[in-house]
Amino acid sequence: MNLSNLFVNFEEAISMVLFGIGFCNLLMQKNLIKKIIGLNIMDTAMFLFLAAKGYVEGRKAPIITDGVTDVTAYINPIPSGLVLTGIVVSVSVTALMLALTIRLYQRYHTLDIDEITALMKKEEK
Amino acid sequence: MEFVQNLPFISILVSLFAGPVCLLLKGKKAKYVNLFVIISVGIMQLFVLLHALKLKEAYTYSMGHYPAPWGNEIRIGILEASMALFFTIILLLSMLAGIREREKDIDSEKQNLYYVMTNLLLCSLMALVYTNDIFNAYVFVEINTIAACGLIMIREKGRTILAATRYMIMNLLGSGLFLLGICFLYDLTGHLLMSNIKEQVAILNVTGEYHMPLLVAIVLLAVGLAIKSALYPFHSWVPDAYGYSTVSSAAILSSLVSKGYIFLLIKIFYRVVGFDIIASSKVIDVLFVFGVAGMLMGSINAIKEKDIRRMIAFSSVAQIGYIYMGFGLGTVAGMVASVYRIVFHAATKSLLFVAASGLIDASGNDKHITSLKGAGYRNKTAGVAFTVGALSMIGFPLLSGFISKILFAGAAWETDTKMMVTLVALAISTILNAMYFMRTVITIYTPMKTPEVKEKGYAKIKFSEETLKNITLIGFIVLNVLLGVCSEPVVDLIEKGLAMFG
Repeated sequence: MNLSNLFVNFEEAISMVLFGIGFCNLLMQKNLIKKIIGLNIMDTAMFLFLAAKGYVEGRKAPIITDGVTDVTAYINPIPSGLVLTGIVVSVSVTALMLALTIRLYQRYHTLDIDEITALMKKEEK
Repeated sequence: MEFVQNLPFISILVSLFAGPVCLLLKGKKAKYVNLFVIISVGIMQLFVLLHALKLKEAYTYSMGHYPAPWGNEIRIGILEASMALFFTIILLLSMLAGIREREKDIDSEKQNLYYVMTNLLLCSLMALVYTNDIFNAYVFVEINTIAACGLIMIREKGRTILAATRYMIMNLLGSGLFLLGICFLYDLTGHLLMSNIKEQVAILNVTGEYHMPLLVAIVLLAVGLAIKSALYPFHSWVPDAYGYSTVSSAAILSSLVSKGYIFLLIKIFYRVVGFDIIASSKVIDVLFVFGVAGMLMGSINAIKEKDIRRMIAFSSVAQIGYIYMGFGLGTVAGMVASVYRIVFHAATKSLLFVAASGLIDASGNDKHITSLKGAGYRNKTAGVAFTVGALSMIGFPLLSGFISKILFAGAAWETDTKMMVTLVALAISTILNAMYFMRTVITIYTPMKTPEVKEKGYAKIKFSEETLKNITLIGFIVLNVLLGVCSEPVVDLIEKGLAMFG
């Protein structure tokens, strides 16, 4: 294993670490708000990964400036487009999760998902 | 280009725009708009299927007049068209069957929101079936997830909101992995269209370059979609989501939403990675193990369950296990068996949910299996329908479940190492299925003494009281028997469609 690759691709490496952090938070946190924060970290890690993949050292953002239409002057625009779409999806999903959390909080006055489960079972008895 | 080739795109667009339109309309009008959209989309799929059969080859439809590597594409073949047609039929029947329950379960001012969600769900299903662009697939996977979450939580109870939250959490984990897989694939191949990715993957496979990242990408895609389609052990949200939502939602979620993801996974296996690469990788072995575990554990959990809706929900977990077991066999016959299982399960599970709701109605809204005693006499159509569904699940000859199990056994015969495991798992799962389904059928046909019935105040439900639901139940029964008796053309269609996929 050549560890020096990690330093060359440090953006990708960091984004994978962030993805792991976000994933574990979304999966294992009991607090719903912390889960949502985990979700956002996970999504942001993905955007970092994509942005790092699309970036080419020394080139500009893909907006035509000074009439230069040469491809080699600009970075790859597709990953940026994917990031934009990803942000839209991420925002709407976060909004939905927050709405669900508000509903659960109004009903059970807690954000702990285990506690909510326990309260719900008690309510039904 | 013929006009009929536009229809898949039009059907996606029509259902997408019908969503916001329903938001502006009142409940009743929204209902009619929704029904109209589903029926017209269904008719369009019929024409598309006929056209695809006539054409004998798949065609791609490029959007926005940009050629292949840049523009977005949808691709139409026999399997896509027949799946889309089948999904719309099931959606229509499920929507018709639950009208009365929906009016009871959902606040009157929120009725139209249900139809918004259904329209968006239909749109995303059509798009998942037809799309040829993997990132587009991701976007529609998310739309599908959000719409399905709305369908669960619209009946406002503590249970359903919690179930919706759990559903969202599991699904978001799945989408995260799926998106990461797409990013990896884009990174490796530089393309987002499925056909272009496949060409590049074939090159990578020959040169042996990036072997590990490619494998990781495949694993991420497969695991992401497996989590989303509730493969065991990722099924924790299933029983509550299917058990407490309104009956149309339960039928739609179990038979369509999870199937959309599975169909996308099949598409990725065939059209993105290439079936040979998948079949020779270890990924399918993992899916096989989880599939077999799901088949057994789903049924065992169903036996332990006392609530009929939750029991049927756990049975869904077992059926998803069957489908993944078929993938795990790694042969074309296994794939055909899995696709047939998708069709069978969609037809049978929605039948069971609707029939169960009829039986629950005839027993004073009590969902416990023991309190359903004699319900088969009080609501005759629902009783017969439930029996047909249960027999089909067990694998009674003449019904679709029987054909499905034969296909799995035949597919297992072709493999060497997995043959014994598959056959034993099929046998055990059949016995377990018989245990809980026959128990329920026997309970609903155990006569209750007349004084006891009077004491509890259960009334007989006549056919005319629930005409619409009963007609849809008969429709489901006919569909089931047809799939069983005329299995040959269906299997033939699936085989042709899968061959066209490659």
